[in-house]
Amino acid sequence: MRRALFSVVCLVVLAVVALPSAQDRGSLAVSKSVEAGKPFSISTSGSGKAVLYLVGPQVLRREVELGKTVELSAGEVHRAGHYVAALVGSGVNAKGEFDVTPARQPASLIFLAKPSRLAVGQRQGISGVVFVLDGFKNLILEPLPVSFELVAPSGGAQARSVTTNYGVAWVKMDSATRAGTVQFDASSGSATAKRVIQQVPGEPCRLKMSARPMGERIVLQTEPVRDCNGNPVPDGTIVTFTENYGGRMATVDVPLKRGVAQAEMPAYQGAVISAATGVVLGNEIRWH
Amino acid sequence: MALRRSKTAASLARTSLSVACWLFVALLASAADLPTVHVDTANVVGPRQLEKQTQASVIRDYLESWQSMGRALGENRIDLLDRFFVGAAKEKLADTIREQQKLDIKVGYHDRSHNLKIAFYSPEGLSIQLLDTVEYDVEIVDADNSHVTERLRSRYVALLTPAERRWEVRILQAVPDSLGFAEPAAQQAVKGRQ
Repeated sequence: MRRALFSVVCLVVLAVVALPSAQDRGSLAVSKSVEAGKPFSISTSGSGKAVLYLVGPQVLRREVELGKTVELSAGEVHRAGHYVAALVGSGVNAKGEFDVTPARQPASLIFLAKPSRLAVGQRQGISGVVFVLDGFKNLILEPLPVSFELVAPSGGAQARSVTTNYGVAWVKMDSATRAGTVQFDASSGSATAKRVIQQVPGEPCRLKMSARPMGERIVLQTEPVRDCNGNPVPDGTIVTFTENYGGRMATVDVPLKRGVAQAEMPAYQGAVISAATGVVLGNEIRWH
Repeated sequence: MALRRSKTAASLARTSLSVACWLFVALLASAADLPTVHVDTANVVGPRQLEKQTQASVIRDYLESWQSMGRALGENRIDLLDRFFVGAAKEKLADTIREQQKLDIKVGYHDRSHNLKIAFYSPEGLSIQLLDTVEYDVEIVDADNSHVTERLRSRYVALLTPAERRWEVRILQAVPDSLGFAEPAAQQAVKGRQ
């Protein structure tokens, strides 16, 4: 009985002696999540001195007095990510984990737009991808609306609003029918980005030529060559004139100048003259 | 003479066996050091089909970027980031290394497992987004010989863009617990006019 009582007393004494030393070892408490750039604090318990390490996308080291609260000022921790807080000292080894989340306000966009040059009237021909960043270049992972706008030279616009998924929003849009410079804008909150896309005319749509005599030659001239949306086809596009006469064939390749192609060919009675550019065949002229 | 030759042969065999054993052990050790990788290939979101070869090279380059990041942070060497990181990811990691150098701290990252999902492949193939649940060890080594090791499990989002020879990591960021790691849903245009 005495022995049992003695054992109990010993256990109680041990517990009383051990309890303060366990408390003295120190611990830390930190919020599970803090916003990038905002001030926050880490509370510690125990007594004595220790070193606090914050390790993650940023690394900080602080000499701390256990039992006091460690204050981290605004802007001090601003890189979003997962962090470990470790308290290390003589007999102290406490750890905690927390997340630094991106700030809520978009500040800049990574805008990938393609292509930089394309033909008019291309369905889903223009693509844009946006990644939304906060003021510390952290990717904002919460869903956010992103507006895309494609402003055509005529003033007409296509617009889409897309919600980000893990910071990314994408869109595909049609090129306009008028050739010229198109402005491709993306915006989210106050963050905006602009790209310029050059829309060039498409392939020639139709080809019509006329002929007039000039001595022993024929002068051939096309009407202004346009694409199917009425845009003038760029100068330098080749038009091929072909003359068939008595089983013989002669061809002349002429680049467009100021929208038209002009050529001279020998004037043979009964000759058949045609013109073509790309996959488009023009009218035929029979010379009499 | 014959006896000496047979002794030499036996010695050579022992040496070869010993070398082979060491090689085997070294290979096992290096295999044990490699992270386990699981890739969920279902439902890549985006307007573009992801070819198997592209997927394999993206994952290979991403995993190598983790190894490279671990070494760069563990040895405080910014130059080790050059091959695998670009843009914001590279700038931030370089800043982290500078901070470590200033504090005379080295923080080693050893990835143990990756559970990967390709979340988005952009039109024109200009970017790819990965979601990754990573298990990794963080080892803090201070100049005063303090040493802390912690095994962590965190979810990451990575954005990679193609470069001349490989896919480079442009963004690598942990996803906070507060934001679920839900199945990436196809985007929906909530408003449109033409």
